[in-house]
Amino acid sequence: MTNVAQIYALETKFEFLKQLRRPAYAIATLGFPLMFYAFFGLMSGLHNNGMSLATYLLATYGTFGVVGASLFGFGVSVALERGAGWLLLKRASPMPPLAYFTAKLISATAFSALVVSLLFTMGALFGGVHLPALTWLALGGALVVGALPFCAMGLALGYLISPNSAVAVINLINLPMSFVSGLWLPVDVLPPVVQHIAPFMPAYHLGQLALGTIGAGGSQPWYLHVVVLLAFTAAALSAAAFAYRRDEGETYG
Amino acid sequence: MIDSIPVQLTDLSKVYPGGIAAVREVSLSVAPGQTLALLGPNGAGKTTTIRAILGLVRPTLGTVRVFGRDPRDVATRLRIGTMLQIAELPAGLTVREHITLFSAYYPQPLAIEETLRLAALDELADRRSERLSGGQRQRLAFALAICGDPDLLVLDEPTASLDIESRVALWEQIRVLAVRGKTIVFTTHQLAEADALADRIAFISRGSIVADGSPAEIKARAGTRELETAYLTLTKSVTLEVAS
Repeated sequence: MTNVAQIYALETKFEFLKQLRRPAYAIATLGFPLMFYAFFGLMSGLHNNGMSLATYLLATYGTFGVVGASLFGFGVSVALERGAGWLLLKRASPMPPLAYFTAKLISATAFSALVVSLLFTMGALFGGVHLPALTWLALGGALVVGALPFCAMGLALGYLISPNSAVAVINLINLPMSFVSGLWLPVDVLPPVVQHIAPFMPAYHLGQLALGTIGAGGSQPWYLHVVVLLAFTAAALSAAAFAYRRDEGETYG
Repeated sequence: MIDSIPVQLTDLSKVYPGGIAAVREVSLSVAPGQTLALLGPNGAGKTTTIRAILGLVRPTLGTVRVFGRDPRDVATRLRIGTMLQIAELPAGLTVREHITLFSAYYPQPLAIEETLRLAALDELADRRSERLSGGQRQRLAFALAICGDPDLLVLDEPTASLDIESRVALWEQIRVLAVRGKTIVFTTHQLAEADALADRIAFISRGSIVADGSPAEIKARAGTRELETAYLTLTKSVTLEVAS
C-alpha cells in the first residue's frame, strides 16, 4: 500500500524547494517587502496615533509580504504548470489530487512565515520595535493565517490568466491593491478618495486585522475584518472552481 | 477475463464543444503485452483517444475500460504510466527529485537507479530539469512514465521533436519495456516509428480507425509492400474496409 502521508510530504517538500530555487519567486517574495520596509519603515517618525512608524509599518509590510507570497506562490505556478500541460500529467498519474493543492498551500504558508520572521528580525534589530512576546505571536499568527484568503485568490488567478501574462497581471492587481489598502503608507495619510475605496480591498482588512493586534487598528471591530476575509475566501474559491471547470472544458474534473 | 484486457474502447466518440467530432465510434481492444501504434496525420484524433484512455476526456458516447475499470479510479491509475505532450517540466527540481516524487505515487516502483538506467539518465541524475536538452527532457518524461513499473504504458507522441539519434535511442528503451511484457499504446504520425516498434498498428484518419492489423497485414491489405503507400491509400479513403 502506498503511503499517502509520504506522498503529501514529498509533494510539499519538492514544491517548497522548487519555489525556493526559482529566483523570480524567492527574491521577489522575500526581497521586496524587506526592501520596502527598510526604505519606508525604518525611517524615524511617529504615526499620528503616537506609535513609531517602524512598529506600525511592520504590520502593514508584513501584510504586503504574505499577500505577495500567496498570490505569486499559487497564481504563477498554477498558471505555468497548467499552461505547460504539467497539470494534466499530474492528473493522469495516481497522485491524490488534493496533494497538489495541499503542497502549494503549505509551501506558500512557509514562505509567508519566512518573510514575516525576516521582517520581525529587521524591525527588532534596526527599527527599535519593542513588543510583548504575546503581541509578536499574535501579529505573526494573524499574518500567516490571514494569508489563506490570498492563496485562494492566487489559485483562482492561476486558472483564469494565461501563463505568459501571469506575473504581469498579478503585479497589476497586487501593487495597486497594496497601496490603496494602506500597506505602504498608513491608510489615514492617503487621499480621502483612496480611504473610501480601501474597505473594498481584501488586503485592507488583513492589514487592519494585523494592526489591531498591536493596538493600531481603525474604528471597525476586528470581527468585521474576519467576516469580510471569510466571505472573500468563499468568493475566491467559487471563482477558482468556475475557472477550473471552464479550463478543463468538457473533460473530467 | 475482462479485467485482464488492458484497454477496451467501445464505440468511443468525442465531440468537443463547438461541434468538432475528434473521435467517431472507435472500438479497440488491446491485448496484454501488445505494443499498439495509433498512427495517423496531425488532427486525426490520436491525442483525444489517448486522453480518453487516461480518463482525462469525457467520452460523448461509448465506453472506456482500462483493466476492466474506469480509468479515473486510483486503482486503475496505479497500473498506468504515461507520457503526454508537455511544453516544459517545472523548473527547479533535479532529474532524481522528479523521479523520486513520481515513484512515490506507486506502491511498487522501480528503484530510482533502475529507472535512471532504463531512461539513460544515470549521468544526469543531479541536473535540474530546466538545464536538460530537448532529448534529455523527453527521456525524463519517459522515466516518469516507467518509474512506477506500471503494466500499461500510454505514450502520446513519445519521440516528437527528437533528432534521429535520440529517437532511435528511445525506441530501444521502449523495446526493453515491451520485452518485459508491458502493454504499450503510443501515438505517432511517423510510419517508420510504427513499423519499428509496434506489433499492431491502428490507422486513425478523421477520427475513425480505417485499418487495424500487424504492419505486415496493413501492407498486404493496401496491396503494397511499402508502408508509406499504404499510409497514403488508407488515410485518403476513409471508406476502405475496416479491419477486424
